[in-house]
Amino acid sequence: MEEKIINIGPYHPLQEEPELFKLYCDGEIVKNIDWVTGYNHRGIERISESKTFDEVFFLVERVCGICSTSHPFAFANCIEEIGRIELPDRAKYIRSIIGELERIHSHLLWVGLAGHFLGYNTVFMWAWKYREPVLDLFEMITGNRNSYAMFRIGGNRRDIENDKIPRMRKVLDMIKRKTDLIKGAIMDDPVIHARTKGVGVIPKEAIIDYGALGPTARASGVDIDVRRDDPYAAYPLVDWKVIVEEEGDVFAKAKVRILEMYESISIIEQCLEGLKKEPEGTHYVPVKNIPAGVGMGHAEAPRGEVFHFAITDGSKSPIRHKIRAPSYQNIPTFKVSGVGQTISDTTIALAAVDPCYCCTERMGFAYDYKTGRKTLNGKDLIELSQRKTDEIRNKLNK
Amino acid sequence: MALKDYVFKKSLWVFHFGGASCNNCDIEILDCLTPRFDVERFGIKLVGSVRHADVLLVNGSINVRDKDRLLEIYRQAPKPVLVIAIGACGCTGGIFAESFNFAGPVDKIIPVDAYVPGCPPKPEAIIAGIVALINKKKAEKEVEHAA
Repeated sequence: MEEKIINIGPYHPLQEEPELFKLYCDGEIVKNIDWVTGYNHRGIERISESKTFDEVFFLVERVCGICSTSHPFAFANCIEEIGRIELPDRAKYIRSIIGELERIHSHLLWVGLAGHFLGYNTVFMWAWKYREPVLDLFEMITGNRNSYAMFRIGGNRRDIENDKIPRMRKVLDMIKRKTDLIKGAIMDDPVIHARTKGVGVIPKEAIIDYGALGPTARASGVDIDVRRDDPYAAYPLVDWKVIVEEEGDVFAKAKVRILEMYESISIIEQCLEGLKKEPEGTHYVPVKNIPAGVGMGHAEAPRGEVFHFAITDGSKSPIRHKIRAPSYQNIPTFKVSGVGQTISDTTIALAAVDPCYCCTERMGFAYDYKTGRKTLNGKDLIELSQRKTDEIRNKLNK
Repeated sequence: MALKDYVFKKSLWVFHFGGASCNNCDIEILDCLTPRFDVERFGIKLVGSVRHADVLLVNGSINVRDKDRLLEIYRQAPKPVLVIAIGACGCTGGIFAESFNFAGPVDKIIPVDAYVPGCPPKPEAIIAGIVALINKKKAEKEVEHAA
């Protein structure tokens, strides 16, 4: 039978971001998936080199609106590694609280969208309804519902005053009850079981081959979490565990995310206790200048590990800034999870890794300036880079 | 034309074009549909194709690759169509205006009827923008009648 191509996107109501999927189908079975991107490339790494360290935080926050703490988190870790800056405990607690609140709102968002993709709009509406109180907390603490502008080098821009703690606890209790509700609705529903169990399975070996991260990897039995493996902020100071599931299907991914929300709530509660012990106003240390150096920082975003690399020369801005977002690793696992499924199951398999295209679009193509023709693509650039490494290696061997 | 003017008074159907955005505006637009804000009670509905839409919501900075596609989508929209630029990036380019890949704010590419600034604008602001636009259209209509 002839192979048919189904184009999804780039501007389609399934996902709010622009991306183009080409499904090569034989009847109803998807034989291959192609992914075209570039609709979202904004040249952030290049802009970053023209910003001061303080301004870069506002920029990296806008790499992705949903992980708008994870990128500043990783960048702060990176620059603080260069400057060898030690944070006060209060700053660490505040950072972890913001990071975990973000994880809760992001996972609720995913649960909602996954429900929407499955045709369960009730789950979508519920999950997003209970996400609102988290955003209200953000508004109370930082002044904005998204893009919190909370971090700076050496700590936080704002303190969480102790009189805000009771209200935060109240909202957390409410979210815990609602998470129970959502957990019950998803874990016990036979239709959701039928649609998600055994669908979009990614085996452990494939996860390791593709280098997938975050809940996608943890749902397939790969036990990785930057918060535990390379501790930062207040994570070593509190007691929590990494959720790992073995099945690797969509259901396992949903389960990992829902159980992680409980862990996040527990982390925040412990951080709030810790906050009470530290004096108010010690939420940052003043930093004069950043020395020359090379730094690497990572943070566990709701979707996996966010990695930032920066080179500084002692001036007020980074001279090179490289960002790698988790979706960049996670999206290619479509080749494993989506192929061989029916078209309808592919949708949820694609959505299960919680893809974030805004994060991913770091790579551009090189175009010929005069003719406008594409001269190099990603593969060519990688070949170019590998050739250069070979040349250097040969030179050193001589 | 007269029929479309009548339609613009209520129950606007919206098509969402997310340019090179950071996702925040997109999420806040979706948020408008969920229970707390629930714009569907005003008949405002997100539709899958611009050919069904009365309003084109554009958010995010428009990069070189998006520009032609935005023009094409605008061409496909049944006229008259209302265009709302959402967020700092949609209005001016915002923090990405200095990017090498920036193709100009939305109003340099297609005519824009309303702007909703903010990074990201709150759902209340987006609803207020749409209401302001409806009121503007009503006022224009009355002026036309009086003339």
